[in-house]
Amino acid sequence: MKNTVFFGALAVAGLSAGAAAAGTLDDVKARGTLNCGVTTGLVGFAAPDANGVWEGFDVGICRAVAAAVLGDADAVEFIPTTGKTRFTALASGEIDMLARNTTWTFSRDVDLKFEFVGINYYDGQGFLAPKALGVTSAKDLDGATVCVQTGTTTELNLADFFRANNISYEPVPIETNAEGQQQYLAGACDTYTTDASGLAATRATFENPGDHILLPEIISKEPLGPLVRHGDNDWGDTVRWTLNALITAEELGVTSANIEELAAAPTNNPEINRLLGTAGELGAMLGLEPNWAMMAIKAGGNYGELFEKNIGENTPIGLARGLNAMWTEGGLIYSPPFR
Amino acid sequence: MSAITDPPQGSFRLSMLINDTRYRSYTFQALAAIVLALCLGFFYANVSTNLAAAGLNISYDFLGSPAGYDINQRLIEYDSQSSNARAAVVGILNTLLVAFLACVTATVFGVLAGVLRLSNNWLVSKLMAFYVEIFRNIPVLIWILIIFTIMIAVLPGPRAFRGDEPEARMLLDLFAFTNRGVYTPGPYFTRGLGLEGNGGINWLIVLGVLVASFFGTRAVTARANATQEATGIRPNTLWTNLAIWFLPVIVLLFVLGLKWDIPELKGFNFAGGIKVGGPLIALWFALSIYTGAFIAENVRAGIQAVSKGQTEAAGALGLRPGRIMSLVVLPQALRVIIPPLISQYLNITKNSSLAIAVGYADITATLGGITLNQTGRAIECVLLLMLFYLTISLLISTFMNIYNNSVKLKER
Ligand SMILES: N[C@@H](CCC(=O)N[C@@H](CS)C(=O)NCC(=O)O)C(=O)O
Repeated sequence: MKNTVFFGALAVAGLSAGAAAAGTLDDVKARGTLNCGVTTGLVGFAAPDANGVWEGFDVGICRAVAAAVLGDADAVEFIPTTGKTRFTALASGEIDMLARNTTWTFSRDVDLKFEFVGINYYDGQGFLAPKALGVTSAKDLDGATVCVQTGTTTELNLADFFRANNISYEPVPIETNAEGQQQYLAGACDTYTTDASGLAATRATFENPGDHILLPEIISKEPLGPLVRHGDNDWGDTVRWTLNALITAEELGVTSANIEELAAAPTNNPEINRLLGTAGELGAMLGLEPNWAMMAIKAGGNYGELFEKNIGENTPIGLARGLNAMWTEGGLIYSPPFR
Repeated sequence: MSAITDPPQGSFRLSMLINDTRYRSYTFQALAAIVLALCLGFFYANVSTNLAAAGLNISYDFLGSPAGYDINQRLIEYDSQSSNARAAVVGILNTLLVAFLACVTATVFGVLAGVLRLSNNWLVSKLMAFYVEIFRNIPVLIWILIIFTIMIAVLPGPRAFRGDEPEARMLLDLFAFTNRGVYTPGPYFTRGLGLEGNGGINWLIVLGVLVASFFGTRAVTARANATQEATGIRPNTLWTNLAIWFLPVIVLLFVLGLKWDIPELKGFNFAGGIKVGGPLIALWFALSIYTGAFIAENVRAGIQAVSKGQTEAAGALGLRPGRIMSLVVLPQALRVIIPPLISQYLNITKNSSLAIAVGYADITATLGGITLNQTGRAIECVLLLMLFYLTISLLISTFMNIYNNSVKLKER
């Protein structure tokens, strides 16, 4: 009898702890900062600059969410995570959201119980090899030693690819991109494999990027996007629609340059007005200020601006928009309507 | 204990649970047990409610499903379609391998350094003191990383061995030292049993013969001892023992058709022979020199615990220094050395879990790393890991305690 009461009390305590964890939006507001999980350092996506300020394409998403929720793009605590630690960090509540080149897969969504709020980069896995190796195709890699980050989809795709092509390899498991880069450059592995965008970003930091080639094969689909925990739909909506706001802004031609002007008074495009809060109640429905999307867009620019500034063709990383162009320009980037 | 002369008789009263020394200890033990049980219950309830709240459950089904990843060092058959359980076994064997190797070399380093530290040669003893202080005062993880980084940076990649005028050459055309590992010739059998005459059974036979030789030499030594007791003259056993050790094995290896497979550069890597991977070397070496420094101190303490009078007395009886060490000092020193040695062996086994820092596929890296990550079964994997390390540690202490009992002072 006593025991039942005791365990009952425990159960209540446990449940209330669970319930507290569900209100991430309120937690973030109360805390005044957003805890955002990012990479341990991948130039262009998330890396601290010379002054220790985090910047990059994924960092841009974190800042946009912080701006939308807290009105301050700098109110973000960036928490570096490795391929291995990221999901534990998110599941345990150490971070509120994860923006770390993370692939949306069935098991991460359904089994690990995470919610991918969208896709901010359509990617695929590639191989980086020194030109001197004389390899022109990933299928020539029979017997090669391959550096691969553990805890990633990369290491599973790698096993599948070599198995399907009936060739062998020797994996060198590494924890972070920096470690992979070090071992690859020292020749401890013949080739480095990860998402093609990550390879481009890594190669851009080499002393002689021209000495290394990306092999033509792209062996997987890697839709990368930000994610939150399952079961907190309000918070999921907040992050999802912040990302959508950045995409819609590019589609509607709202940029960090003209946003002040467009937000000053209602324009004659109703969707811009709803987006920027000069008409409608979209912000209130999310539990945010009316100008939430405007703050998010102002933080680092719209989707296209973030892309060009961090990883686009005029940066050392030099990624073309390709699949990541707006749907209106033949790409896959598409946001549901703001209404 | 002392005051009670006439134990109080009479009926049992509840207050006696606290006031009576006969019952008090039981009372407190029972209380402690209840508190412990409640704590465990609390943790269990907490974990299960929180898991339920997060929509998760505890299940070990993932152990049977395909692991999906490859492992570079496997002592048993394994590929990416093997189960997670098999990946765990691969990891367990790798943990045991590195722990065993490191225990052996750490003991060698430790005994050498410990004995030499007591040397009368100033330079030698100071060098050993330097070794001990440097290595035991820097965390082992740092040593692992330092050794691995140096290996990668200093040794050439396999590519350097290519071409007509290669930058790097194999040692004696037999050994290749690369930044991916060391390749040495590997033995194989041409006329043995099992698959292609080269099954693992052949090695078991070799092992069996060696064990038989061991007991053979033991018997010879026992006979020599008996003769010495009876006649005072010790027969020379050296040649008989050497013959017992070597002749049967050599004949057996000849019968089985032993050949050596020499490593050779093929494609991207060396093929053939035995590969000792870079991560294994770094981990093995780092654990050995680090723990060796601690063992050196144990050995020194053990030797110094034997009073000087013993050495002098043995010297006065005419024993030579080597025999003084092996017959008088060491047998007594071992009693002091072995108990802390047990904990050093346990440390090596547990510290081997730092393997992942250099990508060595031990149990923490496979079950507690990749499997945990790809399946998301954190609690299950960590429980299994705890169970594994606990079992191994308890087994090591049991064996070492048995050994300790056999050398410790027999009090009658
Ligand atoms: N998309 C894959 C791989 C993600 C991944 O690990 N990407 C690398 C390179 S693209 C990275 O972000 N590394 C940064 C770090 O080491 O912190 C996944 O989600 O499993």
